[in-house]
Amino acid sequence: MLKTRIIPCLDCKDGRVVKGVRFEGLRDAGSPAELAAAYERQGADEIVVLDISATTEGRNAALATVRAVRRELAIPLTVGGGVGSAEQAGVLLDAGADKVSVNSAAVRDPSIIEAIANRFGRQCAVIAIDAARKGAAWEVVTHSGKNRTGLDVIAWVRESVERGAGEVLLTSFDRDGTRSGYDLELLTAVSSAVSVPVIASGGAAHAEHLLDALRAGATDVLAASIFHDGDLTVGAVKAYLAQHGARVRL
Amino acid sequence: MSRTIVIVRTGTANLASVRAAFERQGLGIELTQDPRRVADADRVVLPGVGAFGASMAELVERGLAAALAERAREGRSLLAICVGMQLLCRESTESPGARGLCVVDALVERFGGPGLRVPQLGWNDVDAPPHARFLRSGVAYFANSYRLPRAANGWTAATAEHGGSFVAAMERGNVLACQFHPELSGEWGARLLARWVEESG
Repeated sequence: MLKTRIIPCLDCKDGRVVKGVRFEGLRDAGSPAELAAAYERQGADEIVVLDISATTEGRNAALATVRAVRRELAIPLTVGGGVGSAEQAGVLLDAGADKVSVNSAAVRDPSIIEAIANRFGRQCAVIAIDAARKGAAWEVVTHSGKNRTGLDVIAWVRESVERGAGEVLLTSFDRDGTRSGYDLELLTAVSSAVSVPVIASGGAAHAEHLLDALRAGATDVLAASIFHDGDLTVGAVKAYLAQHGARVRL
Repeated sequence: MSRTIVIVRTGTANLASVRAAFERQGLGIELTQDPRRVADADRVVLPGVGAFGASMAELVERGLAAALAERAREGRSLLAICVGMQLLCRESTESPGARGLCVVDALVERFGGPGLRVPQLGWNDVDAPPHARFLRSGVAYFANSYRLPRAANGWTAATAEHGGSFVAAMERGNVLACQFHPELSGEWGARLLARWVEESG
């Protein structure tokens, strides 16, 4: 039976991991390749690298980052952040990504999803969605929430999957960074709207939060600070999830 | 004995991951689109990402299909990954009308079943028979929407479950065909690659 993936996320800027990493046993806690390799040893099932560089130099550094991580990593690597075309996706895949996530570019021009899925396959095309609560529903936001798109999250996730997205990386904008747990209603709504895998993101502070996300319908869970802070290893989180009936790779 | 792995360069495959996996084992890599190299190399890898029909059309156009089919039929050292394994079959419901390499007389079909998540993206239990040469039981990383439902005659198959049993990998002679990605299956995958390299040359 298929297992739930536990996915550490590395936010990188100008080729370095940002968002305060405190990690035991590393010479340099800011090196994406070292950190990715350390997470693989802990039992991570996949690594996500999100490039938040704002400059061309920063993006070139990100490409070097992807190459360096790939050399180390024997588990899947998803890369995202500012991907604007199928050509750019191709460059990242050539550098060593196994999947590419698109976010705001797909909101601007949804045909990028088809372009990536047709060229590289549906299993390569990840739609990343940042969802903000709006009344009883959720609205798609981009650019760290500064851009409210007016798009309904459920309608957008369905359209993305119809266009060829093979996976949804779903971040709760309201919960991200709050350490108050994932938005469980959002996870239930999205995972019942589509039949592709749905990865929960945004808000995790404890292993219980990850379990809650799985029980709410997420197929897989992504977290950053919970692991970077060094309080919890991936292995400890997996052991907790297994004790509570989740299917994880131990 | 040459320790170079010849990887068939198809247009869309995740070559970097396959390449990195062999390089971590200290092996040399040669990427090729030359049918003669595919015919005469000691060890050949057919990676696969993308659709069945488009991948097959590319192999035919480059004159690689015949060389690959012959290697596979003769049981010479070949590793086929993901869609690469599917291409060994006769056809796939993914691309109706497209003919595969026809080494295995079987139809590749889409996963189906109530509530089933497709694509299958993630780690799944692989159950290998004790007499397999390369394959062992373990947990492997899959990324596929289509699969071979049943083992073919003459092949030793490992199975996995996703809405029913399917062929996770199969071997015959020095040919190893994996629906999962050994290059992305951690230590377990690395050991499988090493066994294939050591014992198939």
